[in-house]
Amino acid sequence: MAADALTADALTADALTADALSRVFAALADPTRRDLVARLAVGDATVGDLAAPYGVSVQAVSKHVRVLEAAGLVSRPGDGQRRPVHLEAEVFDLMTKWIERYRRQAEERYGRLDDLLRTLPDDVEPTPPAQTGAER
Amino acid sequence: MSTTSHLTEITVDPDVPLVRITREFDAPPAKVFRAHTDPELVVQWLGPRSHDMRIDHYDCRTGGSYRYLHLSDGNEFGFHGSFHEVRPSELIVQTFTFEDEPDGVALEKMHFEDLGDGRTRLVGTSLVDSFDDRDAFVASGMEQGVREGYERLDELLAG
Repeated sequence: MAADALTADALTADALTADALSRVFAALADPTRRDLVARLAVGDATVGDLAAPYGVSVQAVSKHVRVLEAAGLVSRPGDGQRRPVHLEAEVFDLMTKWIERYRRQAEERYGRLDDLLRTLPDDVEPTPPAQTGAER
Repeated sequence: MSTTSHLTEITVDPDVPLVRITREFDAPPAKVFRAHTDPELVVQWLGPRSHDMRIDHYDCRTGGSYRYLHLSDGNEFGFHGSFHEVRPSELIVQTFTFEDEPDGVALEKMHFEDLGDGRTRLVGTSLVDSFDDRDAFVASGMEQGVREGYERLDELLAG
């Protein structure tokens, strides 16, 4: 159950190499592609559906979809122009979790720093007194 | 207001191999700076929770250097670097190397921005020389996150 889900998560995390992560980041660096991902999170859509709200050509959207596809973020099962684009939610989730975990580690560190700062006097000098000089 | 929790923001730059961490503190720059330069204080907060930290030396001044160890399950992980520029209450520029990967080095900058009213915004950037290195670096944090997740699950199940 929950443990199984975690195991699957950890395995996928291992499979998600640094190289793959770079592609995911690069793919999501573009605001239009981030919009497309947000739209696909609601449900599958054809390239034509995706192009409609942007007032851009189907070709332009198709190009963005190919970048997302190369990064593993979306898939297009079957063939033909009208096959729907499907968000590979687990890849997206993994990246989000990956950043979130990194953020949480930093947050834990800074939470400890918050506690420490409360114990320091307000008029503390920014640097400690000079060392005795024995070291160098 | 006094219980406001400050969110740590992470930005992964798409154009250069850089990670940016932004965080605000309810303390003036001099205090936040002191917590970064005084080894007796640094040891109390730097380093992951699950590790014990031991400082070999920590000479935070322009031209100085540092080395510290994280101790985990009988293993020691060493880190060292040089302090390239240390400007009290404003800026620290330093290098960072994980000793198991001695050829890898990150260039780190910490800007201490005075927000007035006794508050500080700390903006830290870490720049490495390839996207793979950056992503591997952050991904290693993820593996640890997964492990800690398991440990917490174990605790939960044991209780």
